[in-house]
Amino acid sequence: MILVIAEQQSGGKLNRATWETIVAAQQLASLPGGDVSSSSGDRASAQSITVLVLGASVGSVAAELAAAQVHEVVTVESAALEPYTPDGFTAALHDAITQLAPSHVLLPHTYQTRDFAPKLAARMDRALLTDVTASKTAGSETAFVRPMFQGKLTADVVPQGPVPHFVAFQIGAYRVDQVVKGAAPAAVRALRVTVDASAIREKPEPPFQQAKQAVDLSQAERIVSVGRGIKEQANIALAQKLAEALGAEIAASRPICDAGWLPMERQVGSSGQTVAPKLYLALGISGAIQHLVGMKGSSTVVAINKDPDAPIFEIADYGIVGDLFEIVPAIIEAVKS
Amino acid sequence: MKIAVCIKQVPTREWQPRLNDDKTWIRDQDASFEMNEPDAYALEEALRLKEKHGGEVVVCSAGPARVAQVIREALARGADRAIHVEDDGLASADAFVTSGALASAMQEEQFDLTLTGLQSDDQGFAQVGVILAERLGQPHATIIMEVQVDGLSAGSTQAGALRVKRELEGGWFQWVAMPLPAVLTIQSGINQLRYATLKGIMAAKKKEVRKAAVPAGLAGKQKIVSLYVPAKGKKMQLIGGSPAEAAKELVRRLRDEARVIA
Repeated sequence: MILVIAEQQSGGKLNRATWETIVAAQQLASLPGGDVSSSSGDRASAQSITVLVLGASVGSVAAELAAAQVHEVVTVESAALEPYTPDGFTAALHDAITQLAPSHVLLPHTYQTRDFAPKLAARMDRALLTDVTASKTAGSETAFVRPMFQGKLTADVVPQGPVPHFVAFQIGAYRVDQVVKGAAPAAVRALRVTVDASAIREKPEPPFQQAKQAVDLSQAERIVSVGRGIKEQANIALAQKLAEALGAEIAASRPICDAGWLPMERQVGSSGQTVAPKLYLALGISGAIQHLVGMKGSSTVVAINKDPDAPIFEIADYGIVGDLFEIVPAIIEAVKS
Repeated sequence: MKIAVCIKQVPTREWQPRLNDDKTWIRDQDASFEMNEPDAYALEEALRLKEKHGGEVVVCSAGPARVAQVIREALARGADRAIHVEDDGLASADAFVTSGALASAMQEEQFDLTLTGLQSDDQGFAQVGVILAERLGQPHATIIMEVQVDGLSAGSTQAGALRVKRELEGGWFQWVAMPLPAVLTIQSGINQLRYATLKGIMAAKKKEVRKAAVPAGLAGKQKIVSLYVPAKGKKMQLIGGSPAEAAKELVRRLRDEARVIA
């Protein structure tokens, strides 16, 4: 059985990345030999997918998840799970995973997963593969694909030791629109776990935003992103105008944010956010690997750059070689007409 | 306050990858190395905490002999002494092995606070700090942008308390309090890095570097079966013509072909 750990934000809002992980689970389940517990050849039972969602009150999120074609949705509810703490989540999931005995535990590689999954895997003495972009069959084993060395290389990795194996998938590696929905909603079942609230050592305060217009770029449908080619701060306004015309969020490569031309939370790349919008329009971005790893999951990439050899063109769908200060006003004009 | 900083030596950003013969690891001998960037910020944060609260900063690194270079650099920047868990096998170790090697050498030191970078620029697991906390039986917090320590003056026997600012996704942050001892993983950009002074470089030569061995029975939990240069993905359509023509054509294709704008 493949277990997907869903992530919900406070207020009972499902993190969109959970659907990507369900796609990853559905594709892993359909791999030949895709489940290490199925060495007997009994594939039918081995392929089932269970989605687990945990928190103080998760009924509505569970109902939403039940639309996916999965065996069942399991809820784990405890007042001690709200707000999120690594101690609380580790205790609850350790108990739940021990009861459910899956072959794989799949998670979206969010900041929250980064915070608790290594602790959980260490407590259970099991393998955890992070930042995974695909699964594949390697001989008789299942391998997971992940970037290494800042994306300069890719590795096929096989988890070692007893199951369950924990696998956390890079945001944007799977497409939400590929999720297979069930003909009827999946069954929802409550699982009893024990969480000792007094053993939770971390005391979180409510989340806050530093910038007024802070935005979660990973949820954006369209993004206009600027790089060094924008030349000076005053020119950001031009990119802003294009973003408004396209109904897009504005983002940037690291040098722009380091210079303070746009706030840090607008940075896309290995040290910033990972995004996967429908449209990513890169203005004057050369395409250093640190930037590419943060946006290569975008479905349509447009690159506008004066250097025809810029690496950004290698991953672009549409490219225009030229002066962005001439091209961008023309695009704004064309969009409006 | 007794602070540990775990640092890793990684290939430089300019390094062009070359693979070994069986294509499961890089050709180590061709690479040039430097201190992992987030770890450099963790070191800087430790030095600032020491300046504020007193105590000592101990650099811990698990890696082959070449790691001595980044240990010396950390000592030159102001760390007081170092622990080097030395083994050739650590060059390609996974997060379980690295954290196990560090934990066994750090256990007896009873550090009040352990800092490390949020992830490494080589294998990029983003796991070592968190697993280390679990192995040491301590609470932790990840992706930290500010560190506050209370009630831990020099010579105090009272347990200290920690309050840290955690970066969440999408421009959100959160303060989290927890007791010491604890482990934190530090985000790049938390502070301004200092560089080693000539005086610091000279002083580093006299500072203690304790060598430790990898504990027996530490087995990796992930095996790289193949390492390769990622395949170039898409075929780009180049749109030519005057700026006005190219813009018009681009907008047409985004509407009709890609269907990503209204």
